[in-house]
Amino acid sequence: MAEQMKVIYERPTSWANKVTHYCPGCTHGVAHRLVAELVDEMGLVDKTIGVWPVGCAVLGYDYFNFDSVEAAHGRAPAMATGIKVTNPDNFVFTYQGDGDLASIGMAEIVHAAARGWPITVIFINNGNYGMTGGQMAPTTLLGQKTTTSPLGRTPQANGFPIRVAEMLAQLDGPAYIARVSLDSPVNIRKAKSAMRKAFNAQVRGIGFSLVECLSTCPTNWKLTPVESMERVRKEVMPYFPLGEFKVVEGVL
Amino acid sequence: MEHNVVIAGFGGQGVMLIGELLARAGMEEGKEVTWLPSYGPEQRGGTANCAVVVADEPIASPLLTEPQAAIVFNRQSFDKFEPVIEKGGLLVIDSTLIDRKASRADLDVVYIPATDIATELGNSKFTNMVLLGAYLGKVNPISIASVHGALSVFLTGKKAALIEVNKKALQAGVDFVNKK
Amino acid sequence: MSDKVLMKGAEALAEGAIQAGCRYYFGYPITPQNETPEYMSRRLPEVGGRFVQAESEVASINMVYGAACAGVRVMTSSSSPGISLMQEGISYISGSNVPCVVMNAMRGGPGLGNIAPAQADYFQAVKGGGNGDYKRIVLAPSSIQEGVDLFVDAFELADKYRMVVMVIVDGLIGQMMEPVEFKTRIDVSTLKTPEWATVGRHGRDHANIITSLTLDAAGLEQWNLKLQAKYAQVEQAESRIEEYQMDDADYAIIAYGTMARIAKTTVRVARDKGIKLGLLRPITVWPFPAKQMQAYVGKLKGTLTVELAYRQLFEDVQLTLCDKMPLGWYGRGGGVVPGPQEILAAFEEQFGKGR
Repeated sequence: MAEQMKVIYERPTSWANKVTHYCPGCTHGVAHRLVAELVDEMGLVDKTIGVWPVGCAVLGYDYFNFDSVEAAHGRAPAMATGIKVTNPDNFVFTYQGDGDLASIGMAEIVHAAARGWPITVIFINNGNYGMTGGQMAPTTLLGQKTTTSPLGRTPQANGFPIRVAEMLAQLDGPAYIARVSLDSPVNIRKAKSAMRKAFNAQVRGIGFSLVECLSTCPTNWKLTPVESMERVRKEVMPYFPLGEFKVVEGVL
Repeated sequence: MEHNVVIAGFGGQGVMLIGELLARAGMEEGKEVTWLPSYGPEQRGGTANCAVVVADEPIASPLLTEPQAAIVFNRQSFDKFEPVIEKGGLLVIDSTLIDRKASRADLDVVYIPATDIATELGNSKFTNMVLLGAYLGKVNPISIASVHGALSVFLTGKKAALIEVNKKALQAGVDFVNKK
Repeated sequence: MSDKVLMKGAEALAEGAIQAGCRYYFGYPITPQNETPEYMSRRLPEVGGRFVQAESEVASINMVYGAACAGVRVMTSSSSPGISLMQEGISYISGSNVPCVVMNAMRGGPGLGNIAPAQADYFQAVKGGGNGDYKRIVLAPSSIQEGVDLFVDAFELADKYRMVVMVIVDGLIGQMMEPVEFKTRIDVSTLKTPEWATVGRHGRDHANIITSLTLDAAGLEQWNLKLQAKYAQVEQAESRIEEYQMDDADYAIIAYGTMARIAKTTVRVARDKGIKLGLLRPITVWPFPAKQMQAYVGKLKGTLTVELAYRQLFEDVQLTLCDKMPLGWYGRGGGVVPGPQEILAAFEEQFGKGR
């Protein structure tokens, strides 16, 4: 009987056997798992270098069995560039939150995308600064209350949210840009498929790739995990539509 | 023994070039040399200068606050460097372009119509070589032959055809001082 | 004759870095050192290296950080305001224990200041600039040849101690030309990738992680103690000084870099006048050559510290010689460079005619 049993679910081998520090209902764990599955499936564990951000994923390097470095706040794309040029055959990805990537690190991400060199970016958009306690982020929605926009974000006081995927897709450099959501099984499967394309864009040497992941932050949103998923669908997706914004030829 | 000189004029007059020529020739003779340019906005403001030191010993300061000599290509440079030349020092002046006489009595001053001489040789562009010749006719930190050698490093390819006329201009400067 | 070539300092130093095995350069334009990145952009591809013009100095230093994690010889160069922007990265690189070389062609400050030669970044280079308890080795050449030679040491020291090594020069060294000889050529094929480098596991039985983060206080203290032990070792072994005309000196000028070179002429002029003056020139400003200077206690009647800054080097001289002898100081700022006579006049004003 035993040899007929089929493995349908297991821990990815590139996943270190550790309990994460993420809050219940946070989708960082989902995004991490997708990275680990793809590194496994694409046989990349020996040539991967992860570049981790400052933010909730600051300890991300602890959870994987591949080489990793910890970047300064917002500088992961620059650091990844430095790593990639020394060993172009390696697989180099950054994993960044919205404060890291879209606020302090905006210059680095725009120029990395404009250079178009094959590195991959996993961008977690949860609409606030999670680790520091829920302050307003560049992705915080209008009307959204945070610890630094206590009455809700207004254009007059705080300016408008930034749609990173759409913005970077205007550049000639990127090979693949998509926005996905981690709110439901079907969207997670789609997210994995987008990430696979993003990984492939690098592995095949085509160019820069980025997947923006709509994520949850139940602790700072002050919602339950289930309510958080609903909020993503009802409030976040209308402003940050899902889809592929740039797919150059050869990306699959 | 140390020789040092400031060379100053407008950008485009070949000021930096003859300084570099002097330095290169000195290096070929096995001497210690430094070439220090004015740089940045100062350069773009019109006047350019460089300080050249040629010595038998390792050179201490490449910066010349009291140079032994100055070769000046224009009035501004003359005004700027005449007061700072060391006592008894040498001043070489292009008298075609500078109408003023030196006000210091303790300097050895050469008034040479360098632009006129260069024009007679075919092109006022060789003025810098005439002035360098005049300087080398007065003091000889290096031999004229070494300058000839350095010229062939600078003027290569099509420009090699200009070596002879540059040598002539250099010699005209030397002769002007020697016949005096 | 010899293998000497006449080169501009900023280019010669770049070639010196390449001869020292540097194959990666990341930088951003700023005067007075633009000839360095320009030269690198031409030369590095010829030797199988990579030049990247970054979007800012902030990006430059973090690209350097990335390449340093891969265990290659990597550098950046900039000038004062740009180096200020790199302080965060320098702190991270130091806190992560990875090696790199950073050159600062110091210019007049503060702020945008100007592009004239200065030494006003001494504190930033020697005492810190970024956050946390870290040190860099700081080399201060006073001629182009010495700069070229020191670049070999800079990369060797960076690799040996896994530290940031700074080479501090100024626009004067960068812009001048003098003959230079490239005596040492490092064959990069002999440089092994360090076992700690993040270059992909490629069969290694564990993942390499490079980080400056240790959340646990006791753990971070242990990490700091390791760094401190390393710095103590560097202080013990690597301080360097040039002692010029010191055998019979009654007085010494203390100066480094360009200022020291100019002060050498002061020493010669003073000796012609019968003043027994010498020069103590730190080649490493960190580690500061304190022991070498303290050896002159009891022998000297005084020292005059001369710098293109306001009492920065002087602070280290004071810490080193305290009240052991009269300590004079003379400095100019904002890019003004005093000549040999001006320094001599300052000496005579503070120490009489030196008799």
